[in-house]
Amino acid sequence: MTLSAVLQVLIFFGLVLLVTKPIGVFMAKVFEGESTFLHPALGWLERSTLRWLRVRSDDDQPWHRYALSLLGFSAVSMAVSYAILRLQGWLPLNPQHMGTAQMPAHLAFNTSASFTTNTNWQSYSPELTLSYLSNMVALAIHNWASAAAGIAVAIALVRGFARHSAKGIGSFWVDVVRATVYVLLPISFLGALVLVWQGVPQNFLPYQTVTTLEGAKQTFAMGPVASQEVIKMLGTNGGGFFNANSSHPFENPNNGVNLLQIVMIFAIPAGLTYTFGKMVGNVRQGWAVFAAMSVLFLAGALICVSQEQTGNPLFTRLGVQAGNMEGKEVRFGIPASALFATVTTDASCGAVNSMHDSFTPLGGLVPLFNIETGEVIFGGVGAGLYGMLMFAIIAVFIGGLMVGRTPEYLGKKIQKYEVQMAMLAILVLAASILLFTALAANADFAKSGAGAAMNTWPGSAYGGADNAYGATTGNLNNAGAHGFSEILYAYSSGTGNNGSAFAGITANTPFYNLTIGLAMLVGRFLMILPLLAIAGNLARKKQVPATAGTFPTDGGTFVVLLVGTVILVGALTFLPALALGPVVEHFQMTGLQTK
Amino acid sequence: MIKTPTTDPNTGSPKEHAPRHQPPKLFEPAIMRRAAVDALLKLNPRLVARNPVMFVVLVGAAVSTYFFFHDLVAKGDALFSGQISLWLWFTVLFANFAEAMAEGRGKAQAESLRKARSTMQARKLGPDGREERVPAPALNKGDLVVCEAGDMIPADGDVIEGIASVDESAITGESAPVIRESGGDRSAVTGGTRVLSDRIVVRVTQEPGTSFLDRMIALVEGAERQKTPNEIALSILLSGLTIVFMFATVTLLPYAQYAVSAQGKGAVPSIPVLTSLLVCLIPTTIGGLLSAIGIAGMDRVMQQNVLAMSGRAVEAAGDVSTLLLDKTGTITLGNRQATAFVPAPGVTEAELADAAQLSSLADETPEGRSIVVLAKEAYGIRERDVASLQGDFVEFSATTRMSGVNVGDRQVRKGAADSVRRFVQDHGGTVPSQVQDSVDRIAREGGTPLVVAENGRVLGVVQLKDIVKGGMKQRFSTLREMGIKTVMITGDNPLTAAAIAAEAGVDDFLAEATPENKLAYIRQEQAGGRLVAMTGDGTNDAPALAQADVGVAMNTGTQAAKEAGNMVDLDSNPTKLIEVVEIGKQLLITRGALTTFSIANDVAKYFAIIPAMFVVTYPELQRLNFLSNPRSAVLAAVIFNALIIVALIPLALRGVRYRPQSAAAVLRKNLLVYGLFGILIPFPCIWLIDRILVLLRLA
Repeated sequence: MTLSAVLQVLIFFGLVLLVTKPIGVFMAKVFEGESTFLHPALGWLERSTLRWLRVRSDDDQPWHRYALSLLGFSAVSMAVSYAILRLQGWLPLNPQHMGTAQMPAHLAFNTSASFTTNTNWQSYSPELTLSYLSNMVALAIHNWASAAAGIAVAIALVRGFARHSAKGIGSFWVDVVRATVYVLLPISFLGALVLVWQGVPQNFLPYQTVTTLEGAKQTFAMGPVASQEVIKMLGTNGGGFFNANSSHPFENPNNGVNLLQIVMIFAIPAGLTYTFGKMVGNVRQGWAVFAAMSVLFLAGALICVSQEQTGNPLFTRLGVQAGNMEGKEVRFGIPASALFATVTTDASCGAVNSMHDSFTPLGGLVPLFNIETGEVIFGGVGAGLYGMLMFAIIAVFIGGLMVGRTPEYLGKKIQKYEVQMAMLAILVLAASILLFTALAANADFAKSGAGAAMNTWPGSAYGGADNAYGATTGNLNNAGAHGFSEILYAYSSGTGNNGSAFAGITANTPFYNLTIGLAMLVGRFLMILPLLAIAGNLARKKQVPATAGTFPTDGGTFVVLLVGTVILVGALTFLPALALGPVVEHFQMTGLQTK
Repeated sequence: MIKTPTTDPNTGSPKEHAPRHQPPKLFEPAIMRRAAVDALLKLNPRLVARNPVMFVVLVGAAVSTYFFFHDLVAKGDALFSGQISLWLWFTVLFANFAEAMAEGRGKAQAESLRKARSTMQARKLGPDGREERVPAPALNKGDLVVCEAGDMIPADGDVIEGIASVDESAITGESAPVIRESGGDRSAVTGGTRVLSDRIVVRVTQEPGTSFLDRMIALVEGAERQKTPNEIALSILLSGLTIVFMFATVTLLPYAQYAVSAQGKGAVPSIPVLTSLLVCLIPTTIGGLLSAIGIAGMDRVMQQNVLAMSGRAVEAAGDVSTLLLDKTGTITLGNRQATAFVPAPGVTEAELADAAQLSSLADETPEGRSIVVLAKEAYGIRERDVASLQGDFVEFSATTRMSGVNVGDRQVRKGAADSVRRFVQDHGGTVPSQVQDSVDRIAREGGTPLVVAENGRVLGVVQLKDIVKGGMKQRFSTLREMGIKTVMITGDNPLTAAAIAAEAGVDDFLAEATPENKLAYIRQEQAGGRLVAMTGDGTNDAPALAQADVGVAMNTGTQAAKEAGNMVDLDSNPTKLIEVVEIGKQLLITRGALTTFSIANDVAKYFAIIPAMFVVTYPELQRLNFLSNPRSAVLAAVIFNALIIVALIPLALRGVRYRPQSAAAVLRKNLLVYGLFGILIPFPCIWLIDRILVLLRLA
């Protein structure tokens, strides 16, 4: 690994560190209803939206009503998106005349589920599929809404710890409106201006056909890119305006913007750790969570960068020394690509500026592993914090027993109910990834009645002619261990609400669209529900004062314990699967075996 | 003769007495033989099903056994599947054995208690005053029975008439007899104890079959054992992990099918191999030892001669953050003692000591005795023969509040300052201001001043002080490190209480304590989220004992107190609470440590099994393999997994060693030992087992 690569990682980390506290303090004020410097300018927007929603600003919901609000909001907005996608041919802002042929039912289901759950998995090429209206309304709206909902859930869980003997955990509507108005909107506005200044398009023009210097004709896709690009990163959505996502020069024109993009991915999740500390009345608690995330991030980034820089020994033997440049933009180079891949999978962003499929086996293992930890390494906006707090509950339970007391976290006893709910969430994630992968990897299933029947569904044929028409394994462009990694990655990405892909797999088939769509819904909502239940239960509890007998959760020991729990409990489950994918591939490669 | 707490006054720690409940050695052959039989009986699936982790192992063992027979018939690899099945059965048996061992010690104890209960006869007193012989189990609540010297008391009850010395060694193990009398706080008697002298009439306070002895037998046998809250939460965690690992293992089958078809070579792992992986991954170590840890924890409390009514109470003891301790007998020695003579101007200390001693010669109160002792120790004043002085002793009375002696025309008195002032003034004298200053100073410092005067002349002041037991300060500071706040309960006024509290090093005190403000104090602590433990013996302690999260009643106490508390200390030693707290903590630590160890072990087991499973399909995985061959690798992991349960039985029964420390320090240490070593240790062990298997040609 080169020095400049290490510096790139450290500079990036330094920038994240720099924004953590200011953003954290700001969000704490926003969600505790205090006045900020933005209130004079934006207060009217919050007030009028709440009035329109008929919600009082001091509304306080018990957890089940909070959860019902979230589910209702998600269900309705998902249905609207589905309708727009299906009807885009009859709706305005459609200069390229996209219609139902491009958007069959299973794809519309997958896509609307994908954006509602903050996953932004795209099994289609946007520029060949979506009208501008579909992009801006049906999808981009979720980039805001799902991000705001994620933040809201995290804040609700933090309130569970911060409050005591309380019935409510805040109001979903107030939290969503505040997250949007004060957090997402202002930062996106500024960010979009910077992007436009740096050359990212923001227009409603039809695609432009130009004659290149060589005299060839080339079509340039156009559209309101900048406004969607910024929320794609800031809201850890990841759904690109173009198929090439952040490796497209219109989305990500230069190295400066590239750095800005990955800082934006981590900005809110990192800030939320500080908000958490602030709201529970001890900022060291927030920094401890931040530290655990940082350890996991830095380890992943350094492994990924060094693996990519080492490259493929088969090529090195041939005298090619450049490391692994396959699937990477020359503009960004190896370190910025590997760093981007680590960041986008630590967080549940899923934007990509390089093809993860082309990474070295261990380099590609890092993104896969990151997703399978449950995306708690800073994680998605809100999702990262609540996921990490779920692991903290498990860590505190095991560690707390070891100090000889009923475990407590932040003064709240961790008892049967909390353990039950946290285990339920872990169980659901593991089951979704492992079982769906098993289904897809099973060659027999592809040939069987159910798998084959799906292929006869109308609209199944969308996709390149070079792709096999099968349901599952037949759709892999790579055989062997790498093909397995691709399937595993797809369901990990879906369940983890990441949205990045190992590509190489043609996912736009009824089978993949349905199963990955389900995985996304399961991964999002069956994780949120138990955590909101925990929040409600914690809020009701009394606060136990900390004594010397209390297991301290703001020090180094806790950080070690938390990191260990994430790795052992979170990822141990996937070790056999990983062994059959990236690990085998690695030894195949270093064993100088060619297939 | 009243039994005092068996506490060494110098150290404050329980004195070694010869307990009848001498705990059997951990691995006594008799208990082990019995446990081995019980382990087999416990294979009953309905019993195993109570423990989801072990139930999965049981099912796995059954499935592997099926494949063993299948291999036998089909001429498959029966040596391998046979060994796998064998070790899986052993895994279940070892867990059963651990539980049976933990229960075994209680069972042995219960048997000896049962003997005490058997065939007791009672002399029931009819309404007409006539006695009637009935078997003890026929007694009902409210019946009156007569017990005379030599009789066994047939049931729990209160003495309503008479006084007797009672041998309670059957229950407490303490051979010195205790006094039981009607009225007051020493009226409770326990069935199964023996009256040594005199005659008492006892009113039965229990329904048949619910006596203290019955409960004690049920408790030590573990028959009433219910899972404690933390144990339930931990079981849920373990079950959750088990299900997660089931997903991980079950899905390996399709993954392997994919790999085999993609590679076009190798074979899908057999069911016994997949079962082995599953059993190795699920937390069998803690799952197998969990109930043994709980039973052994109760047993350790029992060995302290404390009868805990539920495991919940023991667990709560570990959580206690406020400890209410009675001043007298717990923090200080039972009585105040003279510590200094402060003479009045113009009087020598020896002169004062002499007079003080003279006035106390006939004073049999502990305070009076201590003055005599101090005079002898400090000034060598010999004890004089009271009779030869021909003195006239003036006893203490509530009206004069003085005591003393008249020898000829010498009238020597000692007493409270204002009483003595009146006495002196009556004799035409005055109290010098220096003496008044000394009186005030002693009171301020938490002592009791006794003024000594002879006729009209004030000789000086005797300082009486509460003597804090040795080692208590150290003990309280240890408790503080553990995060436990100690509160001294005393009837003294706030000034005195503050001084003693400072000297003893307690964190807080409750002065002028009444049952009402004790209860209020406990409620206030609980409202602040703290768990409170206290000891008590009197009937008026009962509400507070019931309110406290951990209430330890003294066995010498009243029936009401014993029923209100959730533990009974058979030694009636109030300091015992501290040991109970430590046992509670140790119980939780042991569970947490073995859980961590169990999960950490998985890393090595993965490394042993995964390459072995797939090396036929992907020969490259050989590079991860550190064992001889695929069969020996799987076997070695399974054998390690079974043997580690046996290896940890002593730890589960004894508990992880607990030294009072701050939580942060305890965690660091345990995380290192059980976490880090939990990851590392299995590697050499599995490697060694693998070599042995190859050497023995078993794999």
